[in-house]
Amino acid sequence: MSTFKIQDCHKETIKGICNSFENNPGELISILHKIQSEFGYLPEDIQREVAKNLKISVAKVYGVVTFYSFFTMTPKGKYPISVCMGTACYVRGAEKIVDELKDQLKIKVGGVTPDGKFSLDCLRCVGACGLAPVVLIGEKVYGRLEASQVREILESYVD
Amino acid sequence: MELIKVTIDKNEIEVKKGTTIYQAAKQIGIDIPVLCYMNLEHLKIENRPGGCRICVVEVEGRKNLAPSCSTECADGMVVKTHSVRVLNARKTVLELILSDHPAQCLICSSSGKCDLQSLSQKLGIREIHAVENAEVSSYRKDCSPALNRDMDKCIMCRRCETICNDVQTVGALSAVNRGFMSVVAPAFEQDLIDSPCTFCGQCVAVCPTGALTPYDDTAKIIRALADPKKTVIVQTAPAVRAALGEEFGLPAGTLVTGKMVAALRTLGFDKVFDTDFAADLTIMEEGTELLNRITRHLKGDKDVKLPILTSCCPAWVNFFEVYFPDMLDVPSTARSPQQMFGSIAKTYYADLIGVKREDLVVVSIMPCLAKKFECQREEFSVDGNPDVDFSISTRELAGLIKSANITFDLLPEEEFDLPMGESTGAGVIFGVTGGVIEAAVRTAYEIHTGSKLNRINFEELRGMSGIRTATIYFGDTPIHIGIAHQLGNARKLLNGIREGRYNFHAIEIMACPGGCIGGAGQPLHHGDSSVIRARYDAIYREDAGKSIRKSHENPYIVKLYKEFLGHPMSEKAHHLLHTHYFDKNKI
Repeated sequence: MSTFKIQDCHKETIKGICNSFENNPGELISILHKIQSEFGYLPEDIQREVAKNLKISVAKVYGVVTFYSFFTMTPKGKYPISVCMGTACYVRGAEKIVDELKDQLKIKVGGVTPDGKFSLDCLRCVGACGLAPVVLIGEKVYGRLEASQVREILESYVD
Repeated sequence: MELIKVTIDKNEIEVKKGTTIYQAAKQIGIDIPVLCYMNLEHLKIENRPGGCRICVVEVEGRKNLAPSCSTECADGMVVKTHSVRVLNARKTVLELILSDHPAQCLICSSSGKCDLQSLSQKLGIREIHAVENAEVSSYRKDCSPALNRDMDKCIMCRRCETICNDVQTVGALSAVNRGFMSVVAPAFEQDLIDSPCTFCGQCVAVCPTGALTPYDDTAKIIRALADPKKTVIVQTAPAVRAALGEEFGLPAGTLVTGKMVAALRTLGFDKVFDTDFAADLTIMEEGTELLNRITRHLKGDKDVKLPILTSCCPAWVNFFEVYFPDMLDVPSTARSPQQMFGSIAKTYYADLIGVKREDLVVVSIMPCLAKKFECQREEFSVDGNPDVDFSISTRELAGLIKSANITFDLLPEEEFDLPMGESTGAGVIFGVTGGVIEAAVRTAYEIHTGSKLNRINFEELRGMSGIRTATIYFGDTPIHIGIAHQLGNARKLLNGIREGRYNFHAIEIMACPGGCIGGAGQPLHHGDSSVIRARYDAIYREDAGKSIRKSHENPYIVKLYKEFLGHPMSEKAHHLLHTHYFDKNKI
């Protein structure tokens, strides 16, 4: 499924995070949250390592990872794009923006461009409804966006 | 204990505080329907996710209907279990479950045994209000050498998950994904064969639908029986005779040994033999290995591995290969009775009757699903020809008997064929927790001390509690014995040994609740554990009724050693009756 191969340094990081929660299986969600923010995603090897540290089954870890839409097993792009699909953004044309992004990047929602530069996701309400429709690229917020602006914005991201 | 008063369907009763509405109703004979809820009282196993909502009841003064399986009684509570509102709610719940369930009952292997199906009948569902063009969610099928998964039929009752994780501590299964996409699956939705699954099959034993079913070789057996070039022989495991009758409407615990033999002969098997014979052989090998290790230990040999662990249970073997790969030299190297039988059948017996190995088909009737996996292990075959060709379960044998138009009740009582049908009481008790070690004690005691036992029953080794310990004196030598059934209990014992907390000499482990009598190939218990208890009593009755009750006194075992094997643990015995284990750490 994934080509990620775990290294000893990764194991140390995971061990450290699990330890900071006293290896308590009840903290699995918080632990996965922290690990995902460290690695960007949760590939198989990482889930196995978490299971080993917490002494729970890998199936259980995988169950939690697949239940919560926040967790992902595919890596994000260098510039992760999140389109707000909350009510306000939706009625002000967020879907057109998603379609434009899909056209421009030639990927589906949840996908990553082959060069790993952009990934595309949707989320519900970033709490900036006054700026609807809103798109986040990395930490940067784009408000009152129109589909025609998408190409220009994407082109502004040069490595 | 504080008592409280509740009124259920106009019956006022007193119950202990903490009793659920479901339990209280049951005490006065009111049988509230359940689906996800399961309570195996004799084994202290409970599944109560409160998810299906079939068991809802009306509680006076409460706005919503209450799930009776997980709502505790309160003092003065007034409950209605079959009001119109309740009946309508139950029907709606069931219809919603059925709206995402394939309507394949006519051809489903669980038809007639399915709790979902019988509930539909009980609630009188005559129509499923489906949304036009709505699709039933579908998921990839998974077929392993022991059991099949068809998650389209899963209703997310979570019984399998409870058994796999909490009872067996195997951890192969978990609920994954969400909404209509949710299924019970191994990590990363791998196939079972790539997961830590031990094929104990206890998930199948508790599945209320056809989502988890056994892998079935019955069709291949029918073909072999019809092939004039093949000699087809059959062996029956001890636990089968104590349960097969249930499939034909006989009360749990009815012994049907003679009728079972007659049925197999009618089906066309050339010889009907007994796995109990091979169990006696196992005792000769395993008992000798035990005595060797103990004697070396007493002489101060520091390299000797103690305790010795029994190795008859294939799910247990799979379990330690996955979870205790550092202890592969601890279990006995003796093969299981099923495999010892196959090995002797395709060498000694094939020579005896002048049939070539390839033309001899060995079938086993087992209470077990892991045996299906075991007989396919590569190390138990010679040039691609397996020692045991096909293993089918008690339930599948019942199906075979029914399909051959045999009226089971009318069959005469018949005897097993010789030589491999002769067995002792020691062989019979292999089917129940504590039985293998009791059989081993009966033989090892007499060999070690050189004197006759003055008693044959070792009550201290019997019982249904998950972990038991006892000390038996072989003359002046105390032998410390541990017994565990269900893999979660086995794990506790093994962890203790790994940490050096125990000083047992011998440990018996069986993966299933109650031992093989509670195996996943047995007639389904449908959540009633008294069935397993009844089989337990039946096995000891069969033992008590045997004229010979110690393995080393089986005359055909004596003959087998004299004519063929030499002595226990001889080079030939090593080659044919022992095995080695593999590191299968997949965690």
